[in-house]
Amino acid sequence: MENMRDAFGKVLTELAAERDDFVVLDADVAGGTGTYHFREAYPDRFIQCGIAEQNMFSMAAGLAESGIIPIVTCYAVFASMRAIEQARNSIAYPEFNVKIAASHLGLDVGPDGATHQALEDIAIYRSIPKMSVVSPADPIELKAVMPYLLDNTGPLYLRTGRSPLPNVFDENTIFEHGKAQVLREGTDATIMAVGVMVHRALIAADVLAKEGISCRILNMSWLKPMDEAAVIKAAKETGAIVTCEDHNKYGGLGGAVMEIVCEGCPAPVERVAVNDIFGASGEPEDLAKEYGLMPDDIVKAVRKAVSRKL
Amino acid sequence: MSVSKYDELEKFAAELRKSIIIMNCHAGSGHPGGSLSCVEIISWLYCNEMNYSTENMNDPERDRFILSKGHSCLSLYAALAEKGFFSKEAFKTLRHAGGILQGHPDRLKTPGVEFNSGSLGQGFSFALGCALGAKRAGRKNRTYALLGDGELNEGQIWEGCMFGAHQKLDNMVAIVDYNKFQSDDLNTNITAIEPMNDKFKAFGWHVIEIDGHNFREIENAFTRARAMTGKPTMIIAHTIKGKGISYMENVPKWHGSLCPTGKERECAMRECGCEELI
Repeated sequence: MENMRDAFGKVLTELAAERDDFVVLDADVAGGTGTYHFREAYPDRFIQCGIAEQNMFSMAAGLAESGIIPIVTCYAVFASMRAIEQARNSIAYPEFNVKIAASHLGLDVGPDGATHQALEDIAIYRSIPKMSVVSPADPIELKAVMPYLLDNTGPLYLRTGRSPLPNVFDENTIFEHGKAQVLREGTDATIMAVGVMVHRALIAADVLAKEGISCRILNMSWLKPMDEAAVIKAAKETGAIVTCEDHNKYGGLGGAVMEIVCEGCPAPVERVAVNDIFGASGEPEDLAKEYGLMPDDIVKAVRKAVSRKL
Repeated sequence: MSVSKYDELEKFAAELRKSIIIMNCHAGSGHPGGSLSCVEIISWLYCNEMNYSTENMNDPERDRFILSKGHSCLSLYAALAEKGFFSKEAFKTLRHAGGILQGHPDRLKTPGVEFNSGSLGQGFSFALGCALGAKRAGRKNRTYALLGDGELNEGQIWEGCMFGAHQKLDNMVAIVDYNKFQSDDLNTNITAIEPMNDKFKAFGWHVIEIDGHNFREIENAFTRARAMTGKPTMIIAHTIKGKGISYMENVPKWHGSLCPTGKERECAMRECGCEELI
């Protein structure tokens, strides 16, 4: 079990040994995001921007114009709200090749409380044209996605959590980028999960299997572009969907899936998400219990979705 | 510099003023006041200062000009057309559906435009990134950013000032088009920005104050900026909003979303030497 921020810092350092086409920008949170690993190994490729995210984002576009790939790092709440207009107007609109890597997602931030918890970032980033959004489920997927991001031109928002996450994948997993990944096949319902919720979905599926409910599990790392075909296939073949995310219930994975299902193949969808309220301080696990993001909550949602089948 | 070169610059500036009025009248809106105030600065940059032309517009070694006060794009479009980046025919399409000239600059639609500016403060930071990128790549090219005085209200400007000084971006020159007015009123009635010179100095910039309509002073300032090492340069250019059209000068309503009509139009065309709208 590796901490996502350590995994992020280390993969940056490993990649830097292989290629010199990127730099890392930081807003005085290298300890929090894990980029201190990179700073120690490659100080010349680490650009300290200070606590000034708006300048950092627009400045990154200028660096990209000069042919360097900037990886802009900060907490998700600042990437998705304080500097969002810079992400839109300086990066996405002119189509600059800037990678925005945000850590500290959702309630998983824990004790720092509501001001540091980003429960809105999927909704915000996926509404910006030309912007891709990806949210790996574990350190192995994070490491797999990074070279792909650097090799593919265009603005992108990468979400990484803060807590140690159990590995969902083994080291030999092959990732098909832009695709929803089938982690387990099933026939009665599909659980679509993102980030920290993926391993909880696997636990929930085990409980449901004992009740005789067979669940397909999809890892929905690619929030934009979203694998619409996989969503419609799940609606057709399993007839019920449950979405799971450490994000507000509005505008996130659940909202995006509902858009696709309603257009493509109507089926009941239940959302396991934060119920449109601000978080509070607490250990991530305690908050997940309080706000309904645990495997038990997924189990209940699946039962409900199955009971609503058309 | 010979006198004839200054004469050439005066002629170029007069052409820009004419183009600004033509575009403004075709569009039926736009921002004539702030476009007219920065005409001499833009003329100098495109005629004498920058290594930038239709020949090298995609060359990494070219100099960059970022119009951070993007609403004044009429002056930028006028200069680019004069320098052959596109035909003056395009003036008719300003702010019209399907046209190449957007209400604010767009690098994907208009040849010669470097950045999608208009959201104030962002062009300045973008220019800092261009300057830092050039330094990191070991390139000798320079970056220029034109700011509005009202734009200095934006907090991002001061984030950028700290960053530019800290990074010692001496390959970067920013110019404030200090025409004393912002969208609604005089700066002094919105949010006072004086002492501007001291503010930039305190933020670690090399500061030069000039008359922004005087080519000799403009030349002198950019020459001094080139000689500066270890610090970015901020040129505070005192200008007149609406410069060149008598009834627009220092009148706040000509900041934006207006175009001269009826007798105003006749007067503007006469004063800028424009015989007909091309």
